[in-house]
Parts: sequence; C-alpha cells; structure tokens
Amino acid sequence: MIEIKNLSKTFDTSQKVHALKDVSLSIADGDIFGIIGMSGAGKSTLVRCINLLEKPTSGQILIDGIDMTSLSEKELRKMRRKITMIFQNFNLLMQKNCLKNIMFPLELEKVDSKTAKKRALELLEIVGLKDKAKAYPSQLSGGQKQRVAIARALATNPEVLLCDEATSALDPSTTHSILQLIKQINEKLNITCIVITHQMNVIEEICKNVAILDNGEIVEQGSTSEIFADPKSDAAKKLVFPESVNDNIKPNFEDEHLLRVVFTNSETAVTPLIARMAKQENIEANIMGASTKTIDSKAFGFMLLGIRGDDEVLRRALDFLNSSQGVRAKEINK
Amino acid sequence: MSGFFNSPEFIEAIEIMKTQFPIALWETFYVTVVSTFFSVLIGLPLGILLVIGEKNSVAPLPKPFMAFLNWLINLLRSVPFLILMILVFPLTRFITGTTIGTVASIVPLVIASFPFVARLAESSFREIDPNLIEMAQSMGASPFQIVKKVIIPESIPSLISNITIALTTILGYSAMSGIIGGGGLGKIAINYGYYRYKYLIMFAAVIVLILLVQIFQSLGTALAIKLDKRIRKE
Repeated sequence: MIEIKNLSKTFDTSQKVHALKDVSLSIADGDIFGIIGMSGAGKSTLVRCINLLEKPTSGQILIDGIDMTSLSEKELRKMRRKITMIFQNFNLLMQKNCLKNIMFPLELEKVDSKTAKKRALELLEIVGLKDKAKAYPSQLSGGQKQRVAIARALATNPEVLLCDEATSALDPSTTHSILQLIKQINEKLNITCIVITHQMNVIEEICKNVAILDNGEIVEQGSTSEIFADPKSDAAKKLVFPESVNDNIKPNFEDEHLLRVVFTNSETAVTPLIARMAKQENIEANIMGASTKTIDSKAFGFMLLGIRGDDEVLRRALDFLNSSQGVRAKEINK
Repeated sequence: MSGFFNSPEFIEAIEIMKTQFPIALWETFYVTVVSTFFSVLIGLPLGILLVIGEKNSVAPLPKPFMAFLNWLINLLRSVPFLILMILVFPLTRFITGTTIGTVASIVPLVIASFPFVARLAESSFREIDPNLIEMAQSMGASPFQIVKKVIIPESIPSLISNITIALTTILGYSAMSGIIGGGGLGKIAINYGYYRYKYLIMFAAVIVLILLVQIFQSLGTALAIKLDKRIRKE
C-alpha cells in the first residue's frame, strides 16, 4: 500500500516553481496505477518523490506504513531496492553487456557473482531475451533495451515498479509488447506498478486506476473505465478527447446518446462492428470522432458514437458492443 | 650528395645515434610512462572530486573546499613548466635525493601534469549521462558505488583518449627537462643541437620524438575504440 499525503514540492529557482501542490493518493497493493498529465504537469517530480530522488518540500510518502521522508540515507538506500524504476531512455550502462546490466543492482547489494549471474539469466528468460546475455545495449533495439531495463528492475525482487514514461520512446507495436510485459509482471509476480505517461492509450491498455495530474494538482482520480466514460475535469476531457475530436462534443439531437467505445487488444475490427450493429440490432451509429489503430491485427483506440433513440435502444447498443471481445462501451454524460 | 654521406658531420652523427640513442629512447619512454602513471594516480581522484563534489551532485563537498581545489589546480597549471621545474627543486631533492638526472625529472613532471590530468578526467566524467547516475541512485547505490560502478567504468573510453593526450604532452615536457639535467632524447637534442650546433643530431632526436608521439597516439586511440562498447563492431 502506497499512500501519498499532502505532498508538495517547490523548486527554489530564481522564480519559485510549485511543481506539486498538496497531492494525496493511495495506491493498493497489486494495482497498476496510472498517473497521466500533459508535459510539465509534475508527473516526473511526483514519481521521483515516491522513491525520494526528489525530496518533497512537505507531505508524507508512506509505503506499507513506513514514512519514506523519515528514513536515514542508509535506510533509504535499502528501501529503494524494493521500489525500482524503469525510464523513458532505458538508462542502461552502455559499457556493460545485458547480463552485467541486470546484475548491477545485485552487485550493489553485494550478492555473490555466481548467484547474481544465475538470477540475471532467469530474468533474461522472463523478459524473453535469453539469447542476448552477452550483447551490449548498443546492439539492441529500443524495445529490447527496455526489456533489459525491466529485468534489471526486477532483480532485487521489488514490491513496487515505477515506470517513468517507459514507452514514450517506443513505436506503437513495441509499446504494446512492453505494456503486456508490465501487465504480466504485475499479475505473475504481484508487483504494484505505477505508470507515468502522457499517452492515454497506455492507461487504456493496462491501468486499473488512474489519477490525472494537471499543473501540479490531482484533478481527478478513479477507476480507468469511470474516468474514460465520464471525464469531469477539463484536463481529463482534453486527454480523453484528443485534438482530433472536437472539444465540446454535444449531441446533435434531443434524443441522441453519446457512447465512448474503447478497443483494447480487440480481435473485432472497428468498422465491421459498427456495420454489424446496424444490421443485427438495427441501430445506426453516427461516428463523431475516432482514434483507432491496428497493431498485430488487433484494434486499439477509441471511438465516439452518437446513437438516437430511447433508453431501450441505448441498452441494446451497449449490450451489443460490450459483448464483443476487447470492446468496452459506456455512455458519456452530457 | 655522396659528399654529405661521407662528411665527418654525418659519420659523427651516425656514431652518436648508434651509441646514445637507444639508452636515450629508453629514458624518454620510461620517464614519460612513469610520470603519466603518477599523474593519473593523483589527477584521477581529483577529477572525480571536481565532479561529484559539486552542489546537487553525488556527494556534495563544502563550497570553500571546492573553491580551493579549483584554485590550486588552476594555479599549478598556470606556472610555465621550465619555472616549475626550478621551483620544485627542494621537493625533488626531498623525494629523490638529487635534482639532476632522469629519475629527478619525474618529480616536476608529475607536479606539472597531475592538475592537467585532473581537468582531463573531470571532462571525461562530465560526459556521463546524469540519468545513469539517477538510475543508480534509484537502485540504492551509495556515492562510492556510483563512482566505482557507474562513473569510472562508463567513462573508460573517454579516459583512455584523455590519458593519451596527457601522455603525449608529458613526452613533450620530458624533452624540456633535458635543460636541467633530465635524461632522454630531449637532453641529446639540446646538448648537441643547441649547445654544440650539431643540427643533424637535433633533427634526428626530434624525428624520433615525433615517431614516439605518433605511436602513443595511435595505440591510445585504437585502445579507446576497442574498449568502447557503444561502437558496434561486426
């Protein structure tokens, strides 16, 4: 359990910068918790406050009841082995091969090299890079580098994995595979993951809960599906309806319902789904906005539909859409 | 032309090269390598302090100490080598028991070179991506571990390039030390060429020095490239 209580961080540069203002969050064990915001919102500062790479100006970080801000340097270093981190730019040691990179945190703990090597090889297998033990980071692709970084972050058997824009430097298909790996780690090893990102699709794909950070403040938080279906704050609306979609989406008619349909790893192709709904359910949908893409022949993204009719029609449309694999639909409050 | 090869000057030059060059070459090599070794031994830790001791770095040191360190290094670097050699005579005598000779010339060479090496090492360590240091901190590395396991190993190729620069510079200084009785090729060039107008011998000594610099530089560059794992080699 991670509790962040009234966390504030002010940078004392020539002008005072209030990077975080009274942030409070609680993250349950085993969660995949997303923190999303535009650049400059304070996401990176927030995640760095969790393992105290940044010292908070005020407030508390409680991890299983232990206040991180009260620890001595030595205790803190020990605690950091339980809260490891992966980064946007991977931060691998360029002069060391993959195996040595993964052994790095174990060397810091003074684990003997034989045990460390054995553990590193196991981890390479978990991340699917068994044959790259002797390869140097310069010989790897971005996705492979992040896999090595994930293996390294797992070496010390952490309880929490902090992912700081871990997929922002990767292409969509690699992003998907890295996110699946994070999800798999969360499920199999029961590691709590905190995912910092500016990409909504990352949240959509793996996060159970999400907090929206805007200008140093948490403006909205809740389960991912709730926030997506019914974003209340301006910041959330901006993230949920990206620029391609008109900001003030309003129903065109009195009896029009707005539906947000999210495709995650969906086998159901987008267009046939809408066509099938028209055929089988006799419900015509007005596509008001969409941002979808196909990765590995699976659909990702979202779509905004306008459907005319009474509550019965709405219910049938939702049932139809939600019965398809990998598709979630919800009405958006007007 | 055949007159030149039969001239007494040429025959004398060849004779001196045969009898004196091998030992002079060895002296120059030995003085340069030993002086570089000690300069690195002192300069490298100072270079580390210059980087990690800064505000917001790995192990911030008191500001007055950092200011003093910077001032001292700049001061030693601003004294011309010939003057420095004479200034450190007492120290040279204290360490080696004499102020003349090959071994004695190592002391001023080290004093003149370690501040230079410290600055070169500093610039190598500054090339390290600060994100790597943050990564190490996030995994619970102590400042000492960061130096030992991140800063030094990650800057090895750059350090080797910079130590090669130091080596060739120290080679040049060692030739200068011939003036106060240091041995080697510098002494031969000065004694025969400058004092006795035997230019042929001076040129020969200079050519050997040039070759030596070329060899050191090529080896250093090759080693730096070989050890740099950022460069893909197929």
